[in-house]
Amino acid sequence: MTTSSTDRSDTRPQTRPTAQPRAVRAPLYRPYEFLWEHDPERCARCKRCLQQCGFKALTWQDGPVVDPAKCVGCHRCEAFCPQGAISIRPSPQYFRPHPLWTQSHRRNLWLQAETGGVLLTGMGNDLPYPVLWDHLLLDACQVTNPSIDPLREPMELRTHLGRRPDRLAVTWTNGEPRLLGDLEPTLELATPIVFAAMSYGSISLNAQKAIAMAAEECGVMWNTGEGGLHADLRPFAHRAFVQCASGRFGVEADYLRAGAAIEIKIGQGAKPGIGGHLPGEKVSQEVSETRMIPVGSDALSPAPQHDIYSIEDLRQLIYALKEATNYEKPVSVKIAAVHNVAAIASGIVRAGADIVYLDGFRGGTGAAPTQIRDHLGIPIEIAIAVVDQQLRDEGIRNQASIIAAGGIRSSADMAKAIALGADAVAIGTGALLALGCTLCQKCYTGRCSWGIATQDPALTRRLDPYLGSQRLVNLVRAWSAELEEILGAMGVNAVESLRGSRERLRGLGLDRTVLDVLGVKPAGVGA
Amino acid sequence: MNRSDFDRTARNISGCGLSGMMSLTGERVNGRAVRESIAILHDRSNGLGGGFAAYGIYPERSDHFALHIMYYSQEAQDRTEEVLEEAFDIAQDERIPTRPNRGISDPPSLMRYFVLPRAVPLAEAGVTAEDFVLQRVMHINADIDDAFVFSSGKNMGAFKAVGYAEDVADFFRLDEYQAYIWIAHGRFPTNTPGWWGGAHPFTLLDWAVVHNGEISSYGINRRYLEMFGYRCTMRTDTEVMAYLLDLLIRRHGLPVELACDVIAAPFWKQIDHMPEPRRRLYTALRMTYASALVNGPFAIIFGRQGEMVGLNDRIKLRPLVAARRGSWLYLSSEEAGVRAMCPDPDLVWTPRAGHPVIGRLGSDTVVGEPGTEPPLETAGFRAQEAKS
Repeated sequence: MTTSSTDRSDTRPQTRPTAQPRAVRAPLYRPYEFLWEHDPERCARCKRCLQQCGFKALTWQDGPVVDPAKCVGCHRCEAFCPQGAISIRPSPQYFRPHPLWTQSHRRNLWLQAETGGVLLTGMGNDLPYPVLWDHLLLDACQVTNPSIDPLREPMELRTHLGRRPDRLAVTWTNGEPRLLGDLEPTLELATPIVFAAMSYGSISLNAQKAIAMAAEECGVMWNTGEGGLHADLRPFAHRAFVQCASGRFGVEADYLRAGAAIEIKIGQGAKPGIGGHLPGEKVSQEVSETRMIPVGSDALSPAPQHDIYSIEDLRQLIYALKEATNYEKPVSVKIAAVHNVAAIASGIVRAGADIVYLDGFRGGTGAAPTQIRDHLGIPIEIAIAVVDQQLRDEGIRNQASIIAAGGIRSSADMAKAIALGADAVAIGTGALLALGCTLCQKCYTGRCSWGIATQDPALTRRLDPYLGSQRLVNLVRAWSAELEEILGAMGVNAVESLRGSRERLRGLGLDRTVLDVLGVKPAGVGA
Repeated sequence: MNRSDFDRTARNISGCGLSGMMSLTGERVNGRAVRESIAILHDRSNGLGGGFAAYGIYPERSDHFALHIMYYSQEAQDRTEEVLEEAFDIAQDERIPTRPNRGISDPPSLMRYFVLPRAVPLAEAGVTAEDFVLQRVMHINADIDDAFVFSSGKNMGAFKAVGYAEDVADFFRLDEYQAYIWIAHGRFPTNTPGWWGGAHPFTLLDWAVVHNGEISSYGINRRYLEMFGYRCTMRTDTEVMAYLLDLLIRRHGLPVELACDVIAAPFWKQIDHMPEPRRRLYTALRMTYASALVNGPFAIIFGRQGEMVGLNDRIKLRPLVAARRGSWLYLSSEEAGVRAMCPDPDLVWTPRAGHPVIGRLGSDTVVGEPGTEPPLETAGFRAQEAKS
């Protein structure tokens, strides 16, 4: 009891600048990341590059002049230069290379010496950890079983998310079998893809509209993230996970009732264990109305949900939400993939969740402390494997579906995720790339030149939600067609025959321990 | 080679020939006709396994479980018989009669026991007599090296060996048994565990399954069954098929027709067009039993007491032909196989993809026969319909 006053300080989020940083007015020299070059011979002097740069890195002095400290290498100016007069390249290294003290370590260290702050970044982990997808190979049929041609034969990708009974009770009446009892609510997907949670606030309304429209057209799901549901997106809510996260922004009865499913966000792969921060500058009138917070106020999501300090607390929230929505909607619980993810996921299923959303350590973010993003959590490949196996060992795999996210780059990654045991994959970074993102990792600045991760009306209007949705629809269709090809090559005509079928995966260049964790045999070992 | 050697080898994938015949009135005949049928299909097998299941062969012991066990060592036999004596009252034990055959070499010791569970261990186990037998069979097969129970039903038996099926029939003197259902299998494995237990039929209690195909969804089917306590130790596709049938029909109580619609599920596009409440049922079936969908090419014939069923995968990637003459139902991989059993059938037809042919004792109507209304016309499905 006597220590309660000191405990308070321990719960403070540690993502903000520590103590009182003293800005050092004369920064040390640090090398720029990009070399911005301009050919005056070609330049038509139209000044379009100045208009296009969201980061205000260019000024006009009888021609464009770059402030190399501000250029983030997003290539917007280059893409829109009508004369092809601009080129942007990685800056040559002027410092002697060092395998331990890499350029980025030195840059970060100098920056911190200058500002005393916590390093921030956006998008997913960019360190060269091994990518297990690239060490897994899929199977195909030869002779003893025929492959199936998806252009000529039916191929089924339809996927259901939610709780399934272990067995069905059937009765016969008048020669017709009938199902006895009720089923839990489930979500139907035309293909095993959902769009990952990205809030209005972290991305622009146009970006979210593009995603919501694409989800509607493709028959898949999108996710509001923690930003509430903007009035314009109500018509697409029947295809949405509405998120209930630690800040509870935008959560009210109509919001919960509007969604097709409710997601409790415990953690995010890019920043396990910490909350979110939407700076007050980004909280415009519309964001304010959607999030239900005052204009200009910081939207701080606490690190934990302060009504969930234990698994039994999670159970209470799951059932509070089910109660509030008359048990008509599945409840998903999103967690970051951490070391003990299998046991945690098992607890989540036993606590009543219908869907477990696993976000691997390569998952994207609008803003996260760099060290958190780059060094916490585990790969999604491992997380899927151990969670799927744990739920099977406990005989509760039917009770919940698994959504896997965090670094799904292609339909092949999707197929491998499904073979490891995922019911569906979520694509966040992939979706933003489809909308024009170039992965400059500056989302946290709110200056996205492509109109995606910004609230500046001058920038957001660059993204046409209708055209954007078409690009996303194309992406989902292309991946689905490729998944059909993969299934056909494997000789199965329904995605559920690949789901959890690790027999169809082989590991290449993986050690025994990793193979055992993945439940996959090495390449060269037969059936 | 004993089973522990086999366990280290890979899962066996195979092509095969199948035949089956059933008297719907329970008339019993010897095994000569089905032997001729599987002999005609000689080229569908390669001499690495043949086997038969026969129903109604032990009428004088019809209330006893008939255990057929092969032993590769005396020690295994001693250990197994200890297990049997502890668990069962053994009414009769004997060597399975055989006749030397040039095509059958190195036979293991083949024994037959007619048993009933002992009252005390059965009560202690707190399960049905069937589950009690099943547990003991699984225990022997998984835990005792060199011993293998290859038949454990009542009033039925499986007979199998490494060799061509017709030689297996002669070896086991099947012309001396009288049965109302005969099911036969000739095997073409693409790798070679020379172990008798790997031949078909695969049996579990009074289930017997013969199978032609490779289960492309084996990986998930096996992991699904493991959740329900089945241990897939044999590494054959057919084992998965037998366990799925046991799970769906015996343990979950699904009608045979619906179990077939789980294993060879109708396509979603077809389910979407079903009237309610059937659509709801089939949606639930596919959602609940998604991991029990058997994908890849297969034709199977399975039997249990009073019932013989033929089933293809849902796009019919392996052959299966059915025929009727009078009160007899015939199934075979090829029409030639049918005509070897019955030279002049009344009706020969090709069962539709994913649509079971079911013969039932005492019923003159065969499910899936042309001209009869299928009870659930959902199962039979042509790929073109789903694609359009």
